[in-house]
Amino acid sequence: MRGIPLVLVGVMLVTPACEREKRRYTELPAAADRSAAVRLTSLQPGAPQAPSNVQSPYQYNAYGLAEGKRLYAAYNCAGCHGLGGGGAIGPALMDDKWIYGSHADQIFSSISQGRPDGMPSFAGHIPDQQIWQLVAYVQSLAGLVSQDAATSRNDDQAVSKPENRIEDAKQIQTGHR
Amino acid sequence: MGAPLIQSVLHPAGVQAARINQLWWVMFWVCTIVFIAVVLAMAVAIVRGRRGASSATDATLSRWVAVAVGVSIVALLVLLTQSVLTGRGIEMLRDQNALRIQITGNQWWWDIQYLHTNPSLIVSTANEVHVPIGRPVEIVLKSNDVIHSLWIPALHGKRDLIPGRQNEIWVQADRAGFYRGQCAEFCGLQHAKMALTVVADLPDDFERWLSHMRGPAPAPTTDSEIKGRDVIERGPCAMCHMVAGTLAGGRTAPDLTHLASRSTIGAGSLPNTRGNLAGWIADPQHIKPGNHMPAPGLTSEELQALLDYLETLK
Repeated sequence: MRGIPLVLVGVMLVTPACEREKRRYTELPAAADRSAAVRLTSLQPGAPQAPSNVQSPYQYNAYGLAEGKRLYAAYNCAGCHGLGGGGAIGPALMDDKWIYGSHADQIFSSISQGRPDGMPSFAGHIPDQQIWQLVAYVQSLAGLVSQDAATSRNDDQAVSKPENRIEDAKQIQTGHR
Repeated sequence: MGAPLIQSVLHPAGVQAARINQLWWVMFWVCTIVFIAVVLAMAVAIVRGRRGASSATDATLSRWVAVAVGVSIVALLVLLTQSVLTGRGIEMLRDQNALRIQITGNQWWWDIQYLHTNPSLIVSTANEVHVPIGRPVEIVLKSNDVIHSLWIPALHGKRDLIPGRQNEIWVQADRAGFYRGQCAEFCGLQHAKMALTVVADLPDDFERWLSHMRGPAPAPTTDSEIKGRDVIERGPCAMCHMVAGTLAGGRTAPDLTHLASRSTIGAGSLPNTRGNLAGWIADPQHIKPGNHMPAPGLTSEELQALLDYLETLK
């Protein structure tokens, strides 16, 4: 009879793992309002404002991050930013320098609105849900998402560390290339 | 599609499937006879054992064991010979003049290309293979993501599609008809809805079909069709889908150039009707949860115009 409390404690410890995350196949409600202005620089008039705390809904979701990785190749982000985010025609995504900011809403607006000198606008071409998955994956390239959820090593030859082994570094917003 | 869709090893439509079918029946009858013989021998032993001590001498017992071993060896040799003959028969098709088709497995659809030395004559389609009857076909098998397996029971056995390497399988259809193929290696959430249709045509019909498939999509004529094409070109569709002759050039999803000529949508998920197509485009995740097509979020006018256009893509 003394074993029963132990078993109960064991069950309690194990059950939280069952609902660790959910796969969502249908559109999520938009987490950021596209019409709202997203600040792209730390310079602003008046008193300093707190940075935005909008997060990608897929920040802690392994399925969403894996989808983001798949879409990163499927939509040819890799064509300019490099397969592991190493950069080529476009700026590198795996380093700690961010021209338009490393916050989720800033990356979202970079993808949906496009940026001067080459980055096309994907609004109306990619559903918001997939943009959010890409946002989470792009953040994972710089170690900005949970390592528990980030994608693991590739099957093919590795050119860089797997995303779940990249550690967070202090992000710098450069505002220029 | 009026004709029935056949997916059965026992209704072969090609030389190889016929040989596999023959082997199946030989195995079936040999195993049936062995099973009946074993059950009978066991029944006799039980009945005699209950009557009292056996009067058989050691010599009789040895004779029966020898007979049983002899029969087993003969049965196994029959199966072995038949199996070797079948294996050789299946591999006999290789031919210089074979039609070459490349099938690439994707989660969860089949990308089909009719290979040609001239790149402008390569035909690209999805989930529906046409083959001429009486001519060997070499199918080159590749995969873009995980291991799949091509199985068209009416034509041949299974062959795996493995990422990073190339497999091949030779088939030949001898009877015109519609045959269903299916992915035979568990490949993820929608493995069950990863089917393909094989249409075996008369050689003339096949050549006509192939030359038609080489052409681009027909130009839209009505206002609604033109609007539908604009939806494809300027909306989300072109990110993944290809419609030859328009600006849509995506290559990560099925080629839509001749969508209306195919009998199913969603890799055999539903018959290709306007209603099903509308339901699919409005919410693909409802019909095939987890597939890689997101809901494009079109307005109802855009959707109707898109359907008008897609229906012209014969």
